[in-house]
Amino acid sequence: MIALLLRDLRLALRAGGGFGLGLAFFLILTVLVPFSVGPQSALLASIAPGVLWLGALLACLLSLDRLLALDYEDGTLDVLATAPLPLEAALAVKAIAHWITTGLPLVIAAPFLGVLLNLPPQGFGWLVLSLLLGTPALSMIGTFGAALTVGIKRGGLLLSLLVLPLYVPTLIFGAEAARRGAIGMELETPLLMLSGISLGSIALLPFAAAAALRMTIR
Amino acid sequence: MSLWEYANPVKFLALSARVQPVAWAAALTGIVVGLGWGFFGTPDDFRQGSTVKIIYIHVPAAWIAINAWIMMLIASLIWLVRRHHVSALAARAAAPVGLVMTVIGLLTGAIWGQPMWGTWWAWDPRLTSFLILFLFYLGYIALWEAIEDPDTAADLTSVLCLVGSVFALMSRYAVLFWSQGLHQGASLSLDKEENISDVFWIPLVISIAGFTLLFIALVLYRTGTEISLRRARALAVRLDKEL
Repeated sequence: MIALLLRDLRLALRAGGGFGLGLAFFLILTVLVPFSVGPQSALLASIAPGVLWLGALLACLLSLDRLLALDYEDGTLDVLATAPLPLEAALAVKAIAHWITTGLPLVIAAPFLGVLLNLPPQGFGWLVLSLLLGTPALSMIGTFGAALTVGIKRGGLLLSLLVLPLYVPTLIFGAEAARRGAIGMELETPLLMLSGISLGSIALLPFAAAAALRMTIR
Repeated sequence: MSLWEYANPVKFLALSARVQPVAWAAALTGIVVGLGWGFFGTPDDFRQGSTVKIIYIHVPAAWIAINAWIMMLIASLIWLVRRHHVSALAARAAAPVGLVMTVIGLLTGAIWGQPMWGTWWAWDPRLTSFLILFLFYLGYIALWEAIEDPDTAADLTSVLCLVGSVFALMSRYAVLFWSQGLHQGASLSLDKEENISDVFWIPLVISIAGFTLLFIALVLYRTGTEISLRRARALAVRLDKEL
């Protein structure tokens, strides 16, 4: 498992594109927001948590079609499917690798982009915490979506159509927690729900993803 | 004699041929009587005027939209557990019907909402949940269309239906939480069934029954079409090999 994790991380780092691309997308999206809604700092401050959450979600989505597609094309997935390691574990590792290469950088970058959007000072910690709790769910749900669509030619757009509705609960609770944190409201409930979604996804979705993948590559 | 006998397409089609005329006739009667009674036989509401009558389309459509997804979920489970092709095809046949009913529910809601709430759309929990359900239908149908091999398509859409159901339910409660968090106390939800007086209630129930029968008839018809299509494809493959 650790060998697989290291391999995926090394590939993501050395193959280029995958690692920085999501971050660059996140940055550009955040920069574009003031151009589209205007530079009033009060308005930006009130929408900052939601925009940053949406940006992180879309940046996550962007890298999903590479998650399994390359391994599917060169036959690595067939090897993984017949390996002694259960496919469920292999997919969970893939989701972890995706989170380390995409989710974690987004979490680290988010406060800096929060400055651009005039996020209130007390909101930074909560924004980082909510993203830290929520992005694992995004990666895991995305892995399930990637497993569903891996056998389909030009499945990228379909992948977005399938995954985005599944992201709705995570986005609602994550953005709500960040928003409440920014305006100093009580935010225990959305944070707990967000953690629940992440833990539930990590516990159950590898099985669904592995089932879907076996149907494609049997 | 068990229910599973109808997993045989021939038996299913024979039963469907017997049930369909009855279902169509009963659906037509139910809808004509329900809508006719509702539109012409009930008084106007004292606050809503005649706009209240859209309820005879709106509520049955919403009812079918939700129950079509539940039916697809059950059919998907049967396909995953027992591998009956009719079940997978029935799930596929029901999806577009559910999608159309979702759209009808949303549209009639918007048409009613414009004079009553003064807006075509509000981010009310129920409206938002329905919009999300609409997106789930879209994704489900798109996945069916995208995969060439019919068995793989049935497998993957079934898994999507299972996981999607869990997330749709979660979205429902998440939306409830989110919308209350945004505008507290501003409840725009529709009247509960029990709040409607008997004058409106009886034609509404007839109308719902009519829509349900219409759904059954449509799904039976469309499943039959899917079975024929599957047979035609199998025949084409066989002929290709012989030639």
